[in-house]
Amino acid sequence: MPDTSHHDAFVEFERVQKSYDGIQLVVKDLNLTMPKGEFLTMLGPSGSGKTTCLMMLAGFETATHGDIRLDGRPINNIPPHKRGIGMVFQNYALFPHMTISENLSFPLEVRKIGKSDREAKVKRALDMVEMGAFGGRRPAQLSGGQQQRIALARALVFEPELVLMDEPLGALDKQLREKMQFEITHLAHRLGITVVYVTHDQTEALTMSDRVAVFDDGRIQQLAPPDELYEKPQNSFVAQFIGENNTLEGTIREMNGDRCVVQLNNGDLIDAMPVNVSQVGERTRVSIRPERVEFNKDRLQEGVHTLKAEVLEFIYMGDIFRTRLKVAGNDEFVIKTRNAPDQVRLEPGAQIEIGWLPEDCRALDAPN
Amino acid sequence: MSDATAEPDKISGPTPDNALRAGDRADDGPVLAADGTPLKRSLSRALRAQKLRALALIAPLLIFVLVSFIAPIFDMLFRSVENQIVGETLPRTVVALADYDATSDELPRDEVFEAAYYDIFIAAERKEHTRLGSRLNYEQTGSSSLFRKSGRGIDDIGEVYQDQFEDLDENWDEARPWAELMGDPDWIAAQDAWGGEGRMPRFELRDGISDLLPRTAETYQIFARFMQTEEGESPLEEEPWTVVHTALYQDLLAGDVSGYTGPRADMLVAADALVESPGFETVVFRDAFEEIDEDWLNPEIWQTIKTYSPTYTSGYFLNSIDMQKTPEGPALRDEDERIYGLLFQRTLWMSMIITFSCILLGYPIAYLLSNLPMRTANLLMILVLLPFWTSLLVRTSAWKVMLQQQGVINDVLVWLGMVADDGRLVMINNQFGTIVAMTHILLPFMILPMYSVMSTIPPSYVRAAKSLGATNWTTFWRVYFPQSVPGIGAGSILVFILSIGYYITPEIVGGTSGIFISNRIAYHISSSLNWGLAAALGTILLVVVLVLYWAYDRIVGIDNVKLGG
Ligand SMILES: Nc1ncnc2c1ncn2[C@@H]1O[C@H](COP(=O)(O)OP(=O)(O)OP(=O)(O)O)[C@@H](O)[C@H]1O
Ligand SMILES: [Mg+2]
Repeated sequence: MPDTSHHDAFVEFERVQKSYDGIQLVVKDLNLTMPKGEFLTMLGPSGSGKTTCLMMLAGFETATHGDIRLDGRPINNIPPHKRGIGMVFQNYALFPHMTISENLSFPLEVRKIGKSDREAKVKRALDMVEMGAFGGRRPAQLSGGQQQRIALARALVFEPELVLMDEPLGALDKQLREKMQFEITHLAHRLGITVVYVTHDQTEALTMSDRVAVFDDGRIQQLAPPDELYEKPQNSFVAQFIGENNTLEGTIREMNGDRCVVQLNNGDLIDAMPVNVSQVGERTRVSIRPERVEFNKDRLQEGVHTLKAEVLEFIYMGDIFRTRLKVAGNDEFVIKTRNAPDQVRLEPGAQIEIGWLPEDCRALDAPN
Repeated sequence: MSDATAEPDKISGPTPDNALRAGDRADDGPVLAADGTPLKRSLSRALRAQKLRALALIAPLLIFVLVSFIAPIFDMLFRSVENQIVGETLPRTVVALADYDATSDELPRDEVFEAAYYDIFIAAERKEHTRLGSRLNYEQTGSSSLFRKSGRGIDDIGEVYQDQFEDLDENWDEARPWAELMGDPDWIAAQDAWGGEGRMPRFELRDGISDLLPRTAETYQIFARFMQTEEGESPLEEEPWTVVHTALYQDLLAGDVSGYTGPRADMLVAADALVESPGFETVVFRDAFEEIDEDWLNPEIWQTIKTYSPTYTSGYFLNSIDMQKTPEGPALRDEDERIYGLLFQRTLWMSMIITFSCILLGYPIAYLLSNLPMRTANLLMILVLLPFWTSLLVRTSAWKVMLQQQGVINDVLVWLGMVADDGRLVMINNQFGTIVAMTHILLPFMILPMYSVMSTIPPSYVRAAKSLGATNWTTFWRVYFPQSVPGIGAGSILVFILSIGYYITPEIVGGTSGIFISNRIAYHISSSLNWGLAAALGTILLVVVLVLYWAYDRIVGIDNVKLGG
């Protein structure tokens, strides 16, 4: 059990559970510790409880069990408007009957900040998101991206230390989304605020965050920095959910330290690295990233196991080639190769042999 | 900053709009469709078919609305100013009164009495004098009986002449000689030949008789044609009305018949001699009218006739705002005769109270409805709609049971000892009863629009406001409430307009102090039969509603009114 009472812990969830109907737990045993200034993303499929966690933190839902602490203080009994947490909503929630400036000065007004101070802060916040000229407009007169900026500025204008964002970029087109992703991370780091960001777009999660919490079924499946999440998934859900992934199912035949031998369902043997399997004879699902698969014999290590494969399809994708293979009865096995001058383009129908470094092939739990 | 709005006009490619534009841009000859006709024409042909189809689809409803709604409204608008009855019933009198000074407090000249004699006589034969009497009775009480009485007594004048002519020559009391004197020989022949089948040959005056005996010719023609069309009798067999004898006397007195050589010349010449003779008894019209009823010597009736002689009148409208037409122009009625101003004020004021009560009672319900989970909200919605499925009459009567002095509420209060048994509260047949019952009846009309607006306010606004630090009250007042205003507006305008025209409920529970203007309109439509006044009151009500609607559009904007999702 990790030490949850970090002295630099800013946001803490301790054994938090949540049920809406008293029958089903939507959040099951959530433990999370965030230091100040961290950009943490909650990533997960729809219905996995991300918004619920955010709402508990913001105070719009109460935890059925467990403690939520902000800067060391338990906040379970503090009403939302006293928590001082900035929030950005998916649909922006800009007040339609107020101008942009009025929207921004609203949090300052309710904090009884003087008029001149207010105006200065509103101007600063607008400039921060490069929307200085739009103060007099109404939200309906702005484009989606502009509204998004305003929503961000409004969540930041009263200088909260913690900002929650629930799929803030969900409604934007791809290009604008990428631009805003950059701007939001940039701003968050510049201001040094702590951000909890919710998304179900994994690219967004990987590019923006310091750490990503992968949610499924009301639990955090893995909490790790993006690279670790991608390269060292802790279980088969995370492996499947993050990035593209090839899986083969089999049984553990040998265990020796950080290596094991897996016998696939068709009898072939491969080398793998055990992650959350320990017993010989246990069922396992091995996962290999498409770009880590090698079919050039010269580059493979001596003595490793290789598998026979049949090329089914070759897809040219510009920067990379994507080849679909049939391996050990699985015809959705994909490999990706870089489009380099010396790269081989595999012909459909060709019989090849493939292999990989044992540490790239992770033996994970086999969901039943 | 990329602004992603695609202006419709910038869309290129084959859209219908662009095709039209291409058609307009006819610099290098018209754009041709595939079959060679100009594109514009083939497009408009295609669109015309569509429009015709649309028109055919709405036609039944359109016709229904036109016939049952628009036409009655225009008829009502017309009735509120229409006043042809005076000019049509008393045409000669109206002409004769042209130079009568209605402000002078004098009786009109003798010619006016003479004209009135002819008019009233003919109207009485046609049985139109009582209608005119009722019409003038709206403006001056007593007119109705005056005209009814005059219709009965007016025969006396002509009988004086009729008797004298008859004494001179029996033929003056016979149908045939009169017809030969006045009628065209061709017509007499045709009328004789008429066998009783089909239409009678229309009476025609003999050539030259109009010049010789103008009044007699005119009145006889009216008599003859009336007999033919209304009574279905032949003028050859009916002795004329006594008014014709009066006319004959006047014509003989004024003109000279000595040169006359046509049929019955001897009869006419003898009559002329009789009229000139000193012993001939005559009647002064004014005295005769006085004999019928002394009221005819009161200038007021003549002033009234003069004031209401034009075809169109503002009289009904003046009446509806407690004024009246006087010879000196419009003037306010006496204090104790003013009633409509008070009624209008009361209607508007009570409608405002009802609207306000509906807002107060409806807002929390609508708020609750829109914030409850779907299933509970639906259940509650059924409760809100329940009154719609009960007859209006039943609900209003139920209020009677509840509110009356021996009713449920009073019984409970007495039982609780909160009021004494002899001090039971009066809650019905007054304004209080009307307000309570109408608030209840109109409440759904307030709740539904409010609910539909509120349910479109996303909960994230409230959450956003709270996350920004606003207390519950600030959140409600500064964020939620402003967004629910269109719902309040829509509900208010609906309830207000419905209530200022409400009839049944005030009628049943309003007593005398709680009735609305519409009850008065109904009274004039069905009891007093003063449709003109009812129409004027209705028109004013319609205008008030339109003005309200316009004001609302200016202030809130009709676009902001949301009645549904
Ligand atoms: N107010 C509520 N009442 C009852 N159940 C709820 C409520 N809100 C959410 N749930 C349920 O809780 C579960 C988690 O919902 P939540 O909104 O937290 O998911 P999410 O991870 O945010 O999903 P998404 O990516 O679709 O937004 C879902 O099964 C949902 O049906
Ligand atoms: Mg969500």
